[in-house]
Amino acid sequence: MKSRHKKLALIGGALAVLGIIAALVLNALNSNIALYISPTDVAAGKAPQDKLFRIGGMVKEGSVSRQADGVTIAFIVTDTEKDITVHYKGILPDLFKEGKGVVAQGRLTADGSFSATEVLAKHDENYMPPEAAKAVNDAHTRAAEKKAEDAVAKPAN
Amino acid sequence: MIPELGHFALILAALVAVVFGSLSLLGAHRNQQAWIALARPGANALALLVTFSFACLTQAFVVNDFSVVYVAQHSNSLLPIEYRVAGVWGGHEGSLLLWILMLTWWAFGVAQFSRQLPDTMVARVLGTLGLVAFGFLLFILFTSNPFERLLPGATEGRDLNPLLQDPGLVIHPPLLYMGYVGFSVAYAFAVAALLSGQLDAAWARWSRPWTTAAWVFLTLGIAMGSWWAYYELGWGGWWFWDPVENASFMPWLIGTALMHSLAVTEKRGSFKNWTVLLAISAFSLSLLGTFLVRSGVLTSVHAFATDPRRGVFILIFLVAVIGLSLTLFAWRAPKVGLGGRFGLISRESMLLANNVLLVVACATVLLGTLYPLLIDALGVGKISVGPPYFNAVFVPVMTPILFLVGIGPFARWKEASLPELLRLTRWALGAGAIVAVALPLVYGQWKAMTALGLFFAAWVVVTALQNFAERVHHTRGGRSLLTAVLAQPRGFIGMHLAHIGVAVFVVGVTMVMSFEQEKDIKMAVGDQVSVAGYSFRFNGVRQVEGPNYVAMQGNFDLTVDNRFLRKMNPEKRNYHSSAMPMTEAAIDAGLLRDVYVSLGEPIDRDKPEGEWAVRVYYKPFVDWIWGGCLLMSLGGLLAMLDRRYRVKSRRAAAATAGVQQAARN
Repeated sequence: MKSRHKKLALIGGALAVLGIIAALVLNALNSNIALYISPTDVAAGKAPQDKLFRIGGMVKEGSVSRQADGVTIAFIVTDTEKDITVHYKGILPDLFKEGKGVVAQGRLTADGSFSATEVLAKHDENYMPPEAAKAVNDAHTRAAEKKAEDAVAKPAN
Repeated sequence: MIPELGHFALILAALVAVVFGSLSLLGAHRNQQAWIALARPGANALALLVTFSFACLTQAFVVNDFSVVYVAQHSNSLLPIEYRVAGVWGGHEGSLLLWILMLTWWAFGVAQFSRQLPDTMVARVLGTLGLVAFGFLLFILFTSNPFERLLPGATEGRDLNPLLQDPGLVIHPPLLYMGYVGFSVAYAFAVAALLSGQLDAAWARWSRPWTTAAWVFLTLGIAMGSWWAYYELGWGGWWFWDPVENASFMPWLIGTALMHSLAVTEKRGSFKNWTVLLAISAFSLSLLGTFLVRSGVLTSVHAFATDPRRGVFILIFLVAVIGLSLTLFAWRAPKVGLGGRFGLISRESMLLANNVLLVVACATVLLGTLYPLLIDALGVGKISVGPPYFNAVFVPVMTPILFLVGIGPFARWKEASLPELLRLTRWALGAGAIVAVALPLVYGQWKAMTALGLFFAAWVVVTALQNFAERVHHTRGGRSLLTAVLAQPRGFIGMHLAHIGVAVFVVGVTMVMSFEQEKDIKMAVGDQVSVAGYSFRFNGVRQVEGPNYVAMQGNFDLTVDNRFLRKMNPEKRNYHSSAMPMTEAAIDAGLLRDVYVSLGEPIDRDKPEGEWAVRVYYKPFVDWIWGGCLLMSLGGLLAMLDRRYRVKSRRAAAATAGVQQAARN
């Protein structure tokens, strides 16, 4: 009898511990995932206001500027359809280049620009971050669809 | 001609693997001595063929044979010879060949160092390894042939990714693969045990040194990779929770659990099923890691060019290995039986808790790694799980383990008494408390996390030393202290050394996370910046020529309290073959701190001799992180060389053979 109680207590304790761990893990996961959102979706107001998220796209040619301190940088990320200005303080990764793909993590500021805490380094010059590739492809697809719609719409007129 | 020979050797190896693998397993099953006897020569032939094939590929790299596609893609005639050799595993095909090479070497090792094992056992182990090798050989032959020709041959190669042109990267993959693949031996032992139904203390004693060996390599491989990331990626981090890092870390966690669980199985005959399950899991996670890295589902520094066929193949292989072994487990495990009983407070229960925590830690890493893939596959969106998640769950799960590391060795097998344990560890508790209160104040700031980390580091060190000293005292007799210390079993010394390694590692992590300082700043010639009392004076940059790159080399004077310490020369390299610039940090390493400077980019791209964005770091105790890993590996090395694995196992084998003989009569 006594040993059965002991066993029950042991199993109960183990379950409680596992429950706590599971709660801890899910809570941590929930508060630390960063959604990826394209510049078009940001422009459409689909970005969370007070949560970290990621944007991806191309760095617009000629858009990189530095402030006087030399390490505060602004640049425009575009998916060819919509643009978003990104502010970042720090040193950019080696592969950051105008006209190339980029992914940045951060949050929206009051003026609608993006304040990045992290600009992601990718490790191969020929490599396009999939998030950035997806943003640009989606924009192209929308543009193509729009063109097709226009083409269909016109003869009807 | 030589690449064709290499290719041919691989085909031959696949045939040898499937034939000797199935025959030795069948032979062991039917007790056919002739087939059983094939196992050792089969494994030797396999190792020889794959080694030859690997040598052929290496030769193609050394002589710049750009008519081989793989060589043309990963080498260049300007590449220094050591990187041409490292280029062999610089891409997907070659690193897969390295994987197989390691696998066959492990099998070769088992074939050589298994004289004391019963022949049927050896046949089952080697047969399993042979079939695993067969799977990988098929994979390489059908989807990733490194010997494919390019006709006409290229005149010049594309070059090795500049990131990989580093001494650290020459040895990181072989070490890591030795570890990854080494768990195949533990796996093969587990499968052999399930097949034979003979899962006892002797079995555990046989598989222990092999498991520990694999673990030592994996520890070194991961530490090497982390160190490389620290100095080569240029941004001072040592662990990024990158999915590929996680892929190597998960087998490490399970492997650590397995080593401890094997100890219980050997000493007490308990945890048998659990041990077998861990052995299967460790190797399955190694395969999962290979799948994640090679299939292109992950994007990271390790992701090579992708081919969906490869992903599908490894996935099928993974499912086959896991599915078959779990089925076998479900079928045979009930026969294995339970081991000795143990109390709520005992060495066993603490090792069980250690195991559960390590498995939970592994599960959280797995969740964080696979979750984004799952979300992506479901089409719900794209997300990323960042380091904060891993830090948030990892610290609470690992902290109790540190407590157990200290108290566990004091606990008796079967039944220990809590009051006695508390009495024994009171000095360690006190020492930990003092360190936790005082040391952070030396560094000027008291934080709870810092205190916690330092407490457990001191706790682990003091308990280890005390436990060691007590044993020396009890076994000393009339001998001198030194003789008594050296006479301790290597397994015992190794255990404590590895545990102290854990403490050293914890000190490194705690101090770096608490007290590192970092500055990103614009510097013109003559400017000074100081961080944590170290002052850097920027004297400008000049252009230097490397063998296959040009670099802008910065010139900094490092001073402390106006005393000149040394020059520091970080570089920004541009490799001829690639448009990709590379940052080479300059690091002044020390026992208590590293200071670190790296060049960002010129403020005005057209005037690289002018102002630069520069990053400087002060990293206290950062080298302790890798020092700790080194101690852990050293401990593992000592443990696997313990005498009893040779002496006792011979006796055990003789006993088993005697039993079999008796059963037959």
